[in-house]
Amino acid sequence: MLKKRVGIEVSLAVAEAVKQARAQVISAYPITPQTHIVEELSTYVANGELDAEFIPVESEHSAMSAAVGAAAAGARVYTATSSQGLALMHEILFIASAQRLPIVMTVANRSLSGPISIWNDHSDIMAERDIGWVQLFVEDGQEATELTIAAFKIAEDHRVLLPVAVNMDGFILTHMIEPVIFPAQATVDKFLPPYKPALKLDPAKPVTMGPVGVPEVYLEAKKQCEQALLDSKAVVAEVLAEAGKTFERKYNLIETNGKKKAKTLFVTMGSLGESVWSAVEGLNEDGEDVGQVRIRLWRPFPVQEFKKACKGAKRLIVIDRAMSPGSVCGPVAQELKTIFYKDKDAPEIVNVIAGLGGRDVPVADFKEMYRLAKKGKLAKTYTLWGVDSNA
Amino acid sequence: MLRDITIDYEKITAKNTPKECMISSGHRACQGCGEILAMGMVTKAAGKDIIVANATGCMEIVTSPFPQTAWKLPWLHVAFENAGAVGSGIEAAIKVLHRQGKIKKKPHVICFAGDGATADIGLQSLSGAMERGHDMLYICYDNGAYMNTGTQRSGATPFGASTTTSPAGSSVPGKMQHRKDITRIMAAHNIPYVAQASPSHHLDLMRKIQKAMSISGPKFINILSPCHRGWRSKSDDAIALSRLAVNTCYWPLFEMENGKTRLTHTPKEKLPLKDFLRPQGRFAHLFRPENEWIIEQSQTQIDADWVALQDKGAAGAALE
Repeated sequence: MLKKRVGIEVSLAVAEAVKQARAQVISAYPITPQTHIVEELSTYVANGELDAEFIPVESEHSAMSAAVGAAAAGARVYTATSSQGLALMHEILFIASAQRLPIVMTVANRSLSGPISIWNDHSDIMAERDIGWVQLFVEDGQEATELTIAAFKIAEDHRVLLPVAVNMDGFILTHMIEPVIFPAQATVDKFLPPYKPALKLDPAKPVTMGPVGVPEVYLEAKKQCEQALLDSKAVVAEVLAEAGKTFERKYNLIETNGKKKAKTLFVTMGSLGESVWSAVEGLNEDGEDVGQVRIRLWRPFPVQEFKKACKGAKRLIVIDRAMSPGSVCGPVAQELKTIFYKDKDAPEIVNVIAGLGGRDVPVADFKEMYRLAKKGKLAKTYTLWGVDSNA
Repeated sequence: MLRDITIDYEKITAKNTPKECMISSGHRACQGCGEILAMGMVTKAAGKDIIVANATGCMEIVTSPFPQTAWKLPWLHVAFENAGAVGSGIEAAIKVLHRQGKIKKKPHVICFAGDGATADIGLQSLSGAMERGHDMLYICYDNGAYMNTGTQRSGATPFGASTTTSPAGSSVPGKMQHRKDITRIMAAHNIPYVAQASPSHHLDLMRKIQKAMSISGPKFINILSPCHRGWRSKSDDAIALSRLAVNTCYWPLFEMENGKTRLTHTPKEKLPLKDFLRPQGRFAHLFRPENEWIIEQSQTQIDADWVALQDKGAAGAALE
């Protein structure tokens, strides 16, 4: 098997993955820090390295609208965005999933204005939790590359037929130069055969897409979409397992690091997981009873898998990279408090909201969070790391 | 973006008018709706090898209450302000799928949208699609207000018209702004074909569709679409009113092909604007003495526009 290992900026690796996936229509509007991905893709198209139509739309709203049109017409479709761009797409994101269109989108996670900030956090995607898309979070360049390819396979599976968002931290991941091993094109082609739409816009067999949902049918339509999303979990697990086998790695819905059956677990999503991993390793060396759980699949939330990974834990230190203003804690902590509610052996959940708007969270800070949590000194609701006085 | 090939076609006449309408009967448009009438004419002339992108609006709602559909064409509705972008996506998909041999024929893309979805909320999406040069026909049904939501004013609402958000009150006599001329805005995009049509002149309308379909690149046709609910007129006067719109030169019929303007109909006798306004309740207040200046000002504007259009037509010049 022919493989190449190169030092590459992760954005360019993602573009290469989209090329290897043979995307047919790419509609995109530039926004920092997503730009390098779509610039590279437009270059591939301009140089004839990728046989695709690149639509340089005039806004993200149109990027998603054109993606919907292209997917409905039967093409394999890719787009990428970030922050304000994702927010501008908001309206159409729900329609893409309701119309069961397998669009793949990279979200280079970035904070939302205001104040305007181009730097990383998860505010953008957390405002889009309920769009009905499959939502993955990746941690490094290798994973970003392979899960971008896998995302098409998940989306286009006829048991799923839903759009997939691959979240990767803006700058912290997208602009990092990492060693990435690319699979051979033949390997990708075997893993990801051409897209076969279940239904498409075709004058030979006309269909009406996007009709009016009167009160007598709206509810059933929504239920069907949610069921499709819930059912997608098994397919995501299956495709990730196959991706692991194909690309010689291991991908689960939930990953664990550090001491087995630890009393305290950090919970992370995205690239902060690597810093936490370093902190946990250090703490384990010091004899501390701590481990880590990383959430790879955020929607549909893998409840059983997450609970299994936390079995025996007494305390979860949940790291959120977004606020949920006016609520009791950050969005990931809310989710976890909900799934453990009334469980007899439910762990205590403490929430640290950290790294908003690109604020650096070094490894030492996680060690400090652990020490404070152990002493019961972290707030019962949440701690806004670096701002709240108790931290 | 100029056309490179001309597709030959037999010009529609009274003798060979296409019969098959791709919108079936049983749709839920109001009795006497001028918009669905025009839409039927469009589908008759455009044929069957079409994919439709429809903006949210009356036509979307009346033709697609699930599980029913009036459409015999493949049809996609996404949202209100994005028919241009949705059409762009469909067109791009057709191009690449055809190039890769995945589909044998290249169907035409037609976008349908009302004046609100075109001139107001969807202007950016439309402008982007036209600038990028997608091979598609965008049709605006101009009934001069947001009729679907109950006749709120749009940028295309004529001067002085009373709508539910520009009501004729005791201190403000209706809409105090002139109509946004979306046809000229589209002409300024330098696309290969721009036209204005009216259902009262059905052969002219269908010929414009035919011509647009034969030209590659982005095309725009603005079709006057009488709405008796919003215009506060009789339900059987859609054709009569749209004819008056043409003959008063409120809605001149012309086309602009590759930058050359051509009048496709010149009224035998140019009627006063009042003839078009009088049968419509939305203009009733303009006939009060204190508001007559609005009619006068509108008439002056229309006269000037008509002279300018005739000059452009005679010179074969661009519309701007």
